[in-house]
Amino acid sequence: MSVHQISVFLENRAGQLADVTKLLAANAIDLRAISIAEATDYGVLRLIVDDAEKATQILLAGGYILSKTPVTVVSVPDQTGGLAPVLSVLAEGNLDVEYMYSLFTHKDGKAYIVFRISDEAKFISLLNAHNIALADNDELGLK
Amino acid sequence: MANYYQPEIETASREQILAWQNERLIKQVQHVWDNVPYYRQKMEEKGVTPADIKSVDDLHKLPFLTKADLRDAYPYGLMGKPLSECVRIQSTSGTTGRRVVAFYTQHDIDLWEDCCARAIVAAGGTKDDVCHVSYGYGLFTGGPGLNGGSHKVGCLTLPMSSGNTERQLQFMTDLGSTILCCTPSYAAYLAESIHEAGLRDKIKLKAGIFGAEAWSEEMRHDIEEKLGIKAYDIYGLTETSGPGVSFECSEQTGMHINEDHFIAEIIDPNTGEVLPEGSKGELVFTSITKEAFPLLRYRTRDICVLTRKPCSCGRTHVKMSKPMGRSDDMLIIKGVNVFPSQIETVLMEQGYPANYQIIVDRVNHSDTLEVMVEMAPDKFSDSLAEIAEQEKKLVNALKAMLGIYAKVKIVSPKSITRSEGKAVRVIDKRKI
Repeated sequence: MSVHQISVFLENRAGQLADVTKLLAANAIDLRAISIAEATDYGVLRLIVDDAEKATQILLAGGYILSKTPVTVVSVPDQTGGLAPVLSVLAEGNLDVEYMYSLFTHKDGKAYIVFRISDEAKFISLLNAHNIALADNDELGLK
Repeated sequence: MANYYQPEIETASREQILAWQNERLIKQVQHVWDNVPYYRQKMEEKGVTPADIKSVDDLHKLPFLTKADLRDAYPYGLMGKPLSECVRIQSTSGTTGRRVVAFYTQHDIDLWEDCCARAIVAAGGTKDDVCHVSYGYGLFTGGPGLNGGSHKVGCLTLPMSSGNTERQLQFMTDLGSTILCCTPSYAAYLAESIHEAGLRDKIKLKAGIFGAEAWSEEMRHDIEEKLGIKAYDIYGLTETSGPGVSFECSEQTGMHINEDHFIAEIIDPNTGEVLPEGSKGELVFTSITKEAFPLLRYRTRDICVLTRKPCSCGRTHVKMSKPMGRSDDMLIIKGVNVFPSQIETVLMEQGYPANYQIIVDRVNHSDTLEVMVEMAPDKFSDSLAEIAEQEKKLVNALKAMLGIYAKVKIVSPKSITRSEGKAVRVIDKRKI
């Protein structure tokens, strides 16, 4: 049920982010989510794209260092308080959030949140127990 | 029983060695004055004549020779004998510029092979040994030098040359090689191959003589353990004949310099001043027996330390440490000598690319050292904490190696400029 996230190493230098997004745009890769975790001298750019395999090939050929990580995408009602039940699940399971960010995609009154959790398996089973839906590639229109 | 090839020379008294050096130096200076106009001119510029050199104590009066001189004088400018008296040419790889071409008379080759024979015997070699020479043969001095030394000792010599590892292993097992001579990196590769092929029980190696490259103590232990041998270092330069200028004995704590053929000095690389015994500085060699290519006060650019502490092997010749770096690269940061090669060693041990840049600066009257390192695929992680953990390990390893703190800056892959030939490794902003 997980979705592939691409993490790219970027040095903290002007133009680095522009370069990588330009390269993806030139190859008709559509960004669905983007997030940056930064340290002093460098950062990790995290991306969800419409075609992870193709984007990986393009980035590697462009000399970037990257990794692919499976992440869980949770579908929540696109309304006030929509995220709360998910966060309650995390608290209940005593789970740590390593990071989270949202997709640009909105569909049928739903919003989508990327979660990277310390214990992914436990997280998913708790979500299932609470009838909270996960989004897969098909629903998000990803390859 | 102690193992010497020429015991009367190798265990001679200090007085005897000095007597040989004085006599041979005086003769050599005259020989060079008479036959090498290039060096004679350098002496004249310095106002020195052969009459000024009465003993080793006067050596410091002579001008230095450097690699630049060898290039200027290429190919025949430093010859001490006519070509008709020469029988051999050897050459360097020429990776850092024009090749160095060295000439040998038959007498030169004899003495060179004696030096290599001393190294083989010091490693436990006798005429009952099978000496497997996997140094390259040809222009490179490694193969011919150890080959000749092996003949002199009377070993059964396998002139394998380098490469074709499968054949190396086959000969090693079928013919029972007992001594392996090659570069340390090739020894490590062979050790790995033997380990993987499960041939450890089928080989009879007892010793290895490895040189022509810098290698660490960790590498020695690794090779010794994998092959079940003792691994000995050997040192030399094409300019001074080749391997065998110095070699390790059973003590494995430095290499005895063959002082009956070479006078060694340690100098301050910046001032050229001769430093007292035990100082770290640039190694300078004067060949006192070479006929065809008699270099006086040749600056090796290798940084090391000499010691005359008595050696348990019984040899009396001075010992040099493993070269710790190159004088042309040495930096003094916070009063500590730092060599880019040390940083390179740490980076490679930690799995980072060897393409790096060192930035030295002075902030608030205090030196700073920053090492720019390129991110490597297997050092990258989606987790910033894991990247930071790797970075911390690198900082600690650098501190352990250099003795001072170095800030590490991780940059994009392939972002550090790669130049043709020698890379620009150091940016010293204190000088700008």
